[in-house]
Amino acid sequence: MIRAEHIFKSFEGRMILDDISSTFDTGKTNLIIGQSGSGKTVLLKSLVGLHEVDSGEVFFDDVCFNRLPFMEKKAIRQHVGMIFQGGALLDSSTVFQNVRLPLDLFTRMSKAEKNKRVAFCLDRVNIVGSNDLFPSELSGGMIKRVAIARAIVMNPEYLFCDEPNSGLDPKTSVVIDNLIREITEEYNITTVINTHDMNSVMEIGEKIVFIHQGKKWWEGTRYNVLDSNNKELNDFVFASSTAKQAKARITEQGQSLR
Amino acid sequence: MKFFEFSGNYLLLLRKVFSRPEKFRIYRKRIMAEMDHLGYTSVGIVALISIFMGAVVTLQMALNFESPFIPKYLIGYATRETVFLEFSSTVVALILAGKVGSNIASEIGTMRITDQIDALEVMGINSASYLILPKIVSSVVFFPFLAILSMFVGVLGGYAMTWLTEIFPLEDYVTGLRTELKLFNIAYALIKTSVFAFLITSIAGFYGYYAKGNSLEVGKASTNAVVASCVAILVFDLILTKLMLV
Repeated sequence: MIRAEHIFKSFEGRMILDDISSTFDTGKTNLIIGQSGSGKTVLLKSLVGLHEVDSGEVFFDDVCFNRLPFMEKKAIRQHVGMIFQGGALLDSSTVFQNVRLPLDLFTRMSKAEKNKRVAFCLDRVNIVGSNDLFPSELSGGMIKRVAIARAIVMNPEYLFCDEPNSGLDPKTSVVIDNLIREITEEYNITTVINTHDMNSVMEIGEKIVFIHQGKKWWEGTRYNVLDSNNKELNDFVFASSTAKQAKARITEQGQSLR
Repeated sequence: MKFFEFSGNYLLLLRKVFSRPEKFRIYRKRIMAEMDHLGYTSVGIVALISIFMGAVVTLQMALNFESPFIPKYLIGYATRETVFLEFSSTVVALILAGKVGSNIASEIGTMRITDQIDALEVMGINSASYLILPKIVSSVVFFPFLAILSMFVGVLGGYAMTWLTEIFPLEDYVTGLRTELKLFNIAYALIKTSVFAFLITSIAGFYGYYAKGNSLEVGKASTNAVVASCVAILVFDLILTKLMLV
C-alpha cells in the first residue's frame, strides 16, 4: 500500500500540488485522472521520489519513503517498477539488454538464470522474436510492452505507470490496460496509473483519484464515477464519448456498472 | 554568481559520479564500450588533423627561420617541440571537445528529456555514475594514446612536407627531431591530455545531465558543453604549463 499525506509541491513559486492525500491499495489498479496540466505527472513523480516534495509524506507500506536517506531509498527502489509515457527504454540497448539491466546490476543470478527470467517476462507481455531489436525499431505498443517487462523483471511490489496508453490505438490500449491489470492481480502489486483515457478508467479503475488544479477533487471507483454530482469531475468524464455511452446504457437499462 | 552556482552543481554531480558503482563488472564492460565509442572512433580525425598540423608547422618554421645564422636542423627541433608540447595535447583536445563533448552532451541530454535517466533512477541505479563515470574513465585512459598518435603523425606530416617541397634538407629535419629529446616533455603532454579528457567528459556530462525541456535545449546544452570545455582546456593549459614547465 502507498499512502500520500498532505503533499505540497511548487515550481518557481507556482503551486502544482496543493495538499494531496490519498491511499493506493495493494493488488488494485489505482488511477490518478485529470486534465492535462492538472498535476497528475508531478504527483506520480513525487510518489516515486523523482520530485522532492515541498512538504508532506509518502509512505510505502509503513516506511516514510521521502524522508529516507539516499541508500535506503535506493534499496526500496529495487522493488519499484515504472512505465513511462514514452517507454523510456535505453536507446543504446536492445530489448533483451533493457529488460536484463536491473538483474545485471542488482542480483547475483547466473547468466542462464537471468536469461530465463528475461525470456519469461518478455513472453508474459507477448514480445517474441524481438530480443535483438533496438527501441527505434519497435512500434509504440511494443515499446510499452517491453517497458512493462522491464518494470516487472525484479518482481516489484509497487508499479507506477505514467499514461501507459498515450500515443496508442484503442485496441492496443486495451491490451496494455488488461496486461497491467493482470500483472497487478497476479503478483499482488500496488499499481498507480496516471491517465486521462476514459476507456482505462471504465475498464480498470478499481480506485480513482481525480486531480483538478493541483487539488484532490474527488475519490471513488469506476462504479460511481458516472454517478457523481461533482461538476468538475463530470465535465472531465463526460467530455469522453465512452463515458457518455456507458451512462446512456445504464440509464436505459436501469443497471448499474457493478 | 552564475559561475559559483555552476561550479557548485558541477562538484555535486562529480560527487555523485564518483560514488561507489553498483557492480564493477558492468562498469568495466561499459568502460570498454566507451573506449571504442569515444576513443577508437576519434583515431581517424586525430590522425588527419595531426598530419596537416605537422606539415603546416614545419612550413611556418622553415619560412621564419630563413637566416644564415640559424642552423636548419632547428626547424625540425622546433616543429617537434611545438607538436609535442602544445598541438598534440591542447589542439587535439579542443578538436575532441567538439567531437566527443557534443556527442556526450547530446546523448545524455536526450536521455534526460526522454525520461531514460528517470527510468534508471527509479530502478535504483545511480544514473550519474552509470552514464558519466565510464565515459570519464575511458577518455582519461584512451586520450593519451591519441596524443601519442598525434605526436607521431604530426612529425610525420612535417617530414612529408619537407620531402615534398624540398624547402630545406630532409637530413636536417631528422637531425632536428633527434636533438635534445626530453622524455619529461612527452610525460607533460600526456598528463595534460588526461586532464583535458577529464574536463571534456565531465563538463559535457554535466550539461547533458541537467538538460531540460525539448530538443532545442539539448542542442543548446551541447553547444554550451563545447564552449565551456574549450575555455576550461585553455585555462588548465595555462595552469599546468606554469606548474610543470616554468
